[in-house]
Amino acid sequence: MNTLNELEKKINSELTTKINNSEIKHDQVYIEIDKEDLLDVILFLKTNRDTKFRQLIDITAVDYPELSQRFKLVYLLLSHEFNQRIIVSYSVNENEVINSLTSIFPSANWMEREVFDMYGINFKNHPDLRRILTDYGFEGHPLRKDFPLTGHTEVRYSEDEKKVVNEAVKLEQNYRNFDYESPWEGTKYIKELKDKNEKKN
Amino acid sequence: MKKKIKNLNLNFGPQHPAAHGVLRLILELDGEVVEKADPHIGLLHRGTEKLIENKTYMQAVPYFDRLDYVAPMNQEHAFALAIEKILEIDVPIRAQYIRVIFCEIGRILSHILNVTTQALDVGALTPSLWGFEERETLMTFYERASGSRLHANYFRAGGVHQDLPAGLEEDIGKFCESFPIIINDLENLLTDNRIFKQRNVDIGIVTKEDALDYSFTGVMIRGSGIPWDLRKSQPYDCYDKLEFKIPVGKNGDCYDRYLCRIEEMKESISIIKQCLSRMEKGAIKSQDGKISPPPKKELKQSMEALIHHFKLFTEGYRVPNDEIYTAVEAPKGEFGVYLISDGTSKPYKCKIRAPGFSHLQSMDYLIKGHMLADVPAVLGSLDIVFGEVDR
Repeated sequence: MNTLNELEKKINSELTTKINNSEIKHDQVYIEIDKEDLLDVILFLKTNRDTKFRQLIDITAVDYPELSQRFKLVYLLLSHEFNQRIIVSYSVNENEVINSLTSIFPSANWMEREVFDMYGINFKNHPDLRRILTDYGFEGHPLRKDFPLTGHTEVRYSEDEKKVVNEAVKLEQNYRNFDYESPWEGTKYIKELKDKNEKKN
Repeated sequence: MKKKIKNLNLNFGPQHPAAHGVLRLILELDGEVVEKADPHIGLLHRGTEKLIENKTYMQAVPYFDRLDYVAPMNQEHAFALAIEKILEIDVPIRAQYIRVIFCEIGRILSHILNVTTQALDVGALTPSLWGFEERETLMTFYERASGSRLHANYFRAGGVHQDLPAGLEEDIGKFCESFPIIINDLENLLTDNRIFKQRNVDIGIVTKEDALDYSFTGVMIRGSGIPWDLRKSQPYDCYDKLEFKIPVGKNGDCYDRYLCRIEEMKESISIIKQCLSRMEKGAIKSQDGKISPPPKKELKQSMEALIHHFKLFTEGYRVPNDEIYTAVEAPKGEFGVYLISDGTSKPYKCKIRAPGFSHLQSMDYLIKGHMLADVPAVLGSLDIVFGEVDR
């Protein structure tokens, strides 16, 4: 599709009920879908001759612990032919299992492993779902918001045991998170935005 | 009598000079032929993304230097652009030129390192000795502009940290005159070298289709004949005002990728020259006091400046609710930042898309059926730096 508007229209008309929400901002199309439709939507975007999103740029998740559907999965796709980017997202619960994209994009393999490692989200039909970035034998999922910044264990070489040992983190001083909440307006852009929102309401 | 033959498992790295860092590659060998390669990464994982979530936007910049530490400023660029797009601030033209100059210097830094170490991996020592001398000169430019040879922390949302010191522009100009001679020298050593060609031609071939499927970007996709460069197709800063060519390979093998990198260095020199000739005196960062810290001399006189300074370095500036993906053409490929801001002064989420991650992932596909001795050649042409792969 030549323009983002046409692309958005095309996606909405072809996939109709599968698209929950679509939006254009920052020269990209953002669409929200349901978990079940993932493979259909991605396959459509990849193969349709008017979209041709031939490349999967990245897969990631976002953690919102306060929401009932805790994780938002995000897929970034790129179409070289039409020079367009699309961001596909959907929300899932903590223990849900998601379809793997590896059958459509082989490069999804490591990206999904990373999401599994960092957020503990499981993928169905993934050929090799192992941890990737964290240490061998690591426990927990570091990018979850409830995982402490300092982690749970620290590593050191033990002279007595003549090997590397894991111990609970001991800090001389706890990590301090300062509360900067202040009446300072911050950027004027936020003020303008607030005004705009107030007008809307 | 029949003998049972078992495949040999070989541990390549994590401490191996040709692993380009801390890569642990588990190879399954049938004789000398590689049957399977399983890269184990994460030995340099520092939790950059988690750390960034706990820092203000300004404090997050230095983490980007430590990703691909061979071309630090290119990464900062992606982060700065992401914030600028959300805040909708304009970057003064001089700052844009400075940023482009230093990004291209970063590209040359990275390509020299890659080309020469790749040569080293296949047996040529001299190129690295010649190349590293030039890298030293370039890092002095980094140091003169930012105060640091490697971890620059120079780009800011809205511009750069400070103006170039007197004389730096002339010195970069002089370098642009002398460096093409060095590229020629390197090419004399390598391009038609029989050994270098034997080790690289027809090794690690990537077809167009596979380059797309495996999420290749940068030289990896251009080497396979797809003319795709974000500086041209989705220009950022002042790249749309500059003239440059995109070198494209034909066969998608290690040798073509080497040639692309050499040509890109020549293009970078031409870009730097254009920037230098067009640059005029002027502001180097956004004049908005809520984003850019005030100049030191104002601090002593202006109460407002003092307040701004204090607030910017404690609370930091706030960024409104938004979600954005911005990418730049880093020397290794598409380096992207997926940023979610929530109206506070810290990012809610900052996913870093490193090109090396998806390149290294394809190691198994690239090396299957090749000889053991081709592993360093393929690894070298992937241009892997573990800072960005492991994050």
